[in-house]
Amino acid sequence: MSQSSPDPVVYLDHAATTPMVPAAVEALTAHLLDVGNPSSLHASGRRARRIVEESRETIAQAVNCRPGEVVFTAGGTEADNLAIKGIYWSRQGTDARRTRVLTTSVEHHAVLDPVFWLGEGEGAQVELLPVDRDGRLDLDALRASVERDPASVALISVMWANNEVGTLQPVDDVVAIAAAHGIPVHTDGVQAIGTVPVDFAASGVDALALTGHKVGGPYGVGALVVRRELAVTALVHGGGQERDIRSGTVDTPAIAGLAAAVELAVKHQPEHAVRMRALRARLVEGVLAAVPGAMLNGPALDDPTARLPGNAHLSFPGCEGDSLLMLLDARGIECSTGSACSAGVPQPSHVLLAMGREPDEARSSLRFSLGHTSTEADVDALVAAIGPCVERARAAKA
Amino acid sequence: MKVLAAMSGGVDSAVAAARAAQAGHDVTGIHLALSRNPASYRSGARGCCTIEDSNDARRAADIIGIPFYVWDLSERFHEDVVEDFMDEYAAGRTPNPCLRCNEKIKFAAVLDRALALGFGAVATGHYAQLRTGEDGLIEMHRAIDHGKDQSYVLGVLDQHQLAHSLFPLGDTHKSAVRAEAAERGLLVADKPDSHDICFVADGDNAGWLREKLGDRAPNHGGAIVDDATGEELGRHTGTYGFTIGQRKGLRIGTPAPDGKPRFVLDIEPVSGTVTVGARERLAVDRLSGIKPRWCGTVPRRLEGTVQLRAHGGEHRAVVTTADDAVDIELLDPAFGIAPGQAAVIYDGTRVVGSATVSATVSATVAATQATT
Repeated sequence: MSQSSPDPVVYLDHAATTPMVPAAVEALTAHLLDVGNPSSLHASGRRARRIVEESRETIAQAVNCRPGEVVFTAGGTEADNLAIKGIYWSRQGTDARRTRVLTTSVEHHAVLDPVFWLGEGEGAQVELLPVDRDGRLDLDALRASVERDPASVALISVMWANNEVGTLQPVDDVVAIAAAHGIPVHTDGVQAIGTVPVDFAASGVDALALTGHKVGGPYGVGALVVRRELAVTALVHGGGQERDIRSGTVDTPAIAGLAAAVELAVKHQPEHAVRMRALRARLVEGVLAAVPGAMLNGPALDDPTARLPGNAHLSFPGCEGDSLLMLLDARGIECSTGSACSAGVPQPSHVLLAMGREPDEARSSLRFSLGHTSTEADVDALVAAIGPCVERARAAKA
Repeated sequence: MKVLAAMSGGVDSAVAAARAAQAGHDVTGIHLALSRNPASYRSGARGCCTIEDSNDARRAADIIGIPFYVWDLSERFHEDVVEDFMDEYAAGRTPNPCLRCNEKIKFAAVLDRALALGFGAVATGHYAQLRTGEDGLIEMHRAIDHGKDQSYVLGVLDQHQLAHSLFPLGDTHKSAVRAEAAERGLLVADKPDSHDICFVADGDNAGWLREKLGDRAPNHGGAIVDDATGEELGRHTGTYGFTIGQRKGLRIGTPAPDGKPRFVLDIEPVSGTVTVGARERLAVDRLSGIKPRWCGTVPRRLEGTVQLRAHGGEHRAVVTTADDAVDIELLDPAFGIAPGQAAVIYDGTRVVGSATVSATVSATVAATQATT
């Protein structure tokens, strides 16, 4: 992103992580030299505690929840784990018949893996609900699954917005189905905060995960917003700092940075979304024109309630997404192929497979995600480079 | 030139990549993921196939200052190397999967993709030397460090493959490579060498084959028969546990009348019969080879040497070729040569080519131990 660099990087991977906004950097750095454990009783401790609590209030206001509903964590993955395992254990503790965990087949691994873990080790019955070709949850399947035996459902987890293809899930409808039977709903809102309107109270969800580094805040800090009335069993035991369900001295500077970023992202969300949609339209049109045979994956672009505004996900038949990513990277253009395992081995995206694509199609795809620093010049650089790169990548696969 | 450096996570390929970069090439590092489920083929960092090795390769690339990616070749590797390895053992032959991997994966699938993506060559940490001969062809020679020389496992490369390969370590001794790695700040400088077959845990071939072969092995058990008397000396649980020339692990109760140790002479995969006998009976002075691969010009008749194992010695030999058949007359007899092994043919230090041993002729008795 450096302006002085002779070869500026074209960063089109904001859904992976987006640069910190200056306000967050300021808020974070302002407290780096301050001493004081927020749990200490003296003046320094109180000063730190005040920053944490003011940050909590800022976030509560931004996402419309009560301050006491914000539980700080070390990021989105921990927040998702806390929600899924914590709610499952607590619901199990109240009624042992509640063994079913319902989620979608297109969740992030931060949701899928704890759900599978509950299935393997804790006796949960996991049901992955199908999605349509756009990646949208099949509500009839959810309703049928719930109504088959509502008393046995421990929780439902449905992401607000998909990280790969940008599909916005029908969270309102999920809540309506669950509420009829008193089943708690968790949503992974990591991609949604600051990109689409998110109102925790109005949504009716019981828990929502968010993270700093996707909204212009710092890495390693996030929150689980969880209704006060919902019992959650702790994952990490200790001082009980966060509502007794999350222990560990909280990271005061990072939390200040997180609050600044969330506040700003939510405040600017409407105009940010308009700008992202315009840039995205330019990107998709440009790429489709430059590459014969390229296809857009996920929902249509014209409906703002269907898709994240900055997400473009495209298949390039005849290419390995892998090769294409490398060729673009060599030209300073950065994007993503989807999920990678810890060894960096590219697997065909489970999201695209769930959407009914063949493994080959899935492997031929790239995600371009726009964010607050994206410009028309970035998009134009991609559009100029993509044609020759695809040609070369196709030759490499032949 | 744009060079793709294959980085296993070991010290050799790391130094090879560093040298290629220092020589002024535009180098990109790649780690080949050969196991679909990393760590399933073997555990611990021993040369390939693990997350740890992938991370070691990545850190070496960071220090060299080159981009780094992981390429998933697991499907190709499974089809072309692992399946082939199993088929060969099931048929009673003794394959060398490293040659197969070089022939089908590193200098084929990877090289082809690299060339198509705009690279000019693939660099590896193999110990072998390339030079241009008087006829303008690229010649491959043994490495300076004879103890580490890997020209044997590269004996399957043809002129096209050699012309797009770089082996930056061929002129250096292993000890110097380690010292150079340390000097360059590469953290793998002291990493132990990999030895066994990368996808077989703990070097336990028989155990691995027993587990993986399943129905593929037509015979899970059979007789161990004395070559001289025809007497059944014992039973075994699978022919894949044996290789021709093997002496240990036969577990025969009855000693030979002369008290001398017995060796595996022949393996008959269909009946499951394993024939054992005296060492002299293992001596071979003539080999038939199939599926030849030539590094350059195909020789009609050559007086040179032949190497029959990865770390085996050289045998003086007269090699004659006709179409796709290679006849090798060994002037120094070899012992315990199994069909499936690769015979790599040298003219001095130069690799001429290779063939897969299809049949051997015993020096003591002119009986052909041909297998299917």
